[in-house]
Amino acid sequence: MSAATVVRISDLHKSYGTTPVLRGVDLEVRQGEVTCVIGPSGSGKSTLLRCVNHLEKINAGEVEVDGELIGYRRHKGRLHELKDRLITKQRASIGMVFQNFNLFPHLTVLENVVEAPIGVRGLSRAAAVALGKELIARVGLAGREESYPRQLSGGQQQRIAIARALAMEPKLMLFDEPTSALDPELVGEVLAVIADLAEAGMTMVVVTHEMAFARQVADTVVFLDEGRVVESGPPAELLSAPRHARTREFLARVL
Amino acid sequence: MSVSTDLVPPPTARTTPAAGVVPLRRPGRWISAVVVLVMLAAAVRSVITNEAFQWSVVAEYFTAEVVLRGLGLTLWLTVLTLVLGFALGTVLAVLRLSGNPVLVGVAWGYVWIFRSVPMLVQLLFWFNIGALYPTLSFGIPFGPDFVSISSTNLIGPLAAVIIGLTLHEAAYAAEIVRGGVISVEQGQVEAALALGMGRGRILRRIVLPQAMRSIIPAAGNALIGTLKGTSIVSVLAVQDLLFSVQLIYNRNYLIIPLLLVATVWYVVVTSVLSVAQYYVERYYARGAARALPPTPWQRLKGRLR
Repeated sequence: MSAATVVRISDLHKSYGTTPVLRGVDLEVRQGEVTCVIGPSGSGKSTLLRCVNHLEKINAGEVEVDGELIGYRRHKGRLHELKDRLITKQRASIGMVFQNFNLFPHLTVLENVVEAPIGVRGLSRAAAVALGKELIARVGLAGREESYPRQLSGGQQQRIAIARALAMEPKLMLFDEPTSALDPELVGEVLAVIADLAEAGMTMVVVTHEMAFARQVADTVVFLDEGRVVESGPPAELLSAPRHARTREFLARVL
Repeated sequence: MSVSTDLVPPPTARTTPAAGVVPLRRPGRWISAVVVLVMLAAAVRSVITNEAFQWSVVAEYFTAEVVLRGLGLTLWLTVLTLVLGFALGTVLAVLRLSGNPVLVGVAWGYVWIFRSVPMLVQLLFWFNIGALYPTLSFGIPFGPDFVSISSTNLIGPLAAVIIGLTLHEAAYAAEIVRGGVISVEQGQVEAALALGMGRGRILRRIVLPQAMRSIIPAAGNALIGTLKGTSIVSVLAVQDLLFSVQLIYNRNYLIIPLLLVATVWYVVVTSVLSVAQYYVERYYARGAARALPPTPWQRLKGRLR
């Protein structure tokens, strides 16, 4: 079984000022695969994810999604930064879900979901509303279309944020600690939605602290520490029989 | 409702608060209310009965045609200044936040200059622009001119007033809008970027509507300031509300009652604007709180029921 590569990251370097955050990360994600990125805080997990849709500029290396270089174009062996408009276009096919949901508080649930399909994909309002209602139902919130985000629980808000990202019909979904801001009893409902997506064959990169979820849903688990991939592999191997001392140490603390 | 066989009554059966809870008594409120009412009554009485206020004269001139025309001009100037000022101010705020160092510098320089020069001085400059630049020309910089117009013909008192008020207003509006924009959480912009939205669309659809919550109170302040600030144009003999009553009292010397005419009109218009501001704020508050606060009218009805 060799599906096409959706994400290919090679030798990615990124620093904030003089502080290096990523120091040569390599990562591949194939079509339909779920990759969970784990690691201690400050290890660069979120930064790695934000480089994939160019919310962060990179210092060196390459990020490709679907064979397309993200944020840059290659010209005579050097990388040149793309114009905003082209980057915007690239982002439209990459969905992202944030730790703090970042729903638009002044828009209703339905308006949150249809805003980008209408404004960016150019769908008609009727088509976008139909799609939006379908996705809201898919995350289990049918009937809440006219609510405002603040009237929903954290778990419900995060499910709407997932529906909002799906409305762009992305070829890749990025999750940045999607359950870290939630009360413990609300974590399950969000993870269930993400697991459903995995079942449906969505290609996903999930930064998470939920080891049980990683074990159950991930095809590959990547352990990141101090800006480098320490090891990666199927969850059964990496989580149960880690090869590196640092991975063992980290797992001993979180499991 | 069916008969419940439960031993514990359902919690909904209790409609009144539990017996035994007595709200804290607040006698201070009643005492202060009485004191304030007595003082207010005394003040109102003195204003009404004091002959020097000449209320009959106030009533006579309150709706005089000259006064109403002056009021009209004041309102027109206020609206025009506000609209043009905030349009220019929004552009300046966007430039200031653009990240382009040249545009940031231009916007900063504009705000610096126009906030530094007093309104009155600025109006006088615009009024006397002919002394600084006798002709205005359209052509190639450092090259030939195509059209030349005498600036005294182009900029009369009214134009000077409109230009001066607008440029002044824009400097303040730029800061108000900028303050609103930076009050919107960065995560909102990131979420919109991640959805593939462009900068312009993010500003229009995501950032500005949320920024309005902090822009409106400051803009309401600016609007009311502008309304009264327009009275400064009377120095250029532009016939606004204040200048109109001045014209009348220069003829009949009834200075106090005519100033009262203008004052009452300013108070009336400010009151209307304050009420309007309340409702605009309420509109932009949607989604910010779980439920919108009741309007004063709804609150009154609730109390009386």
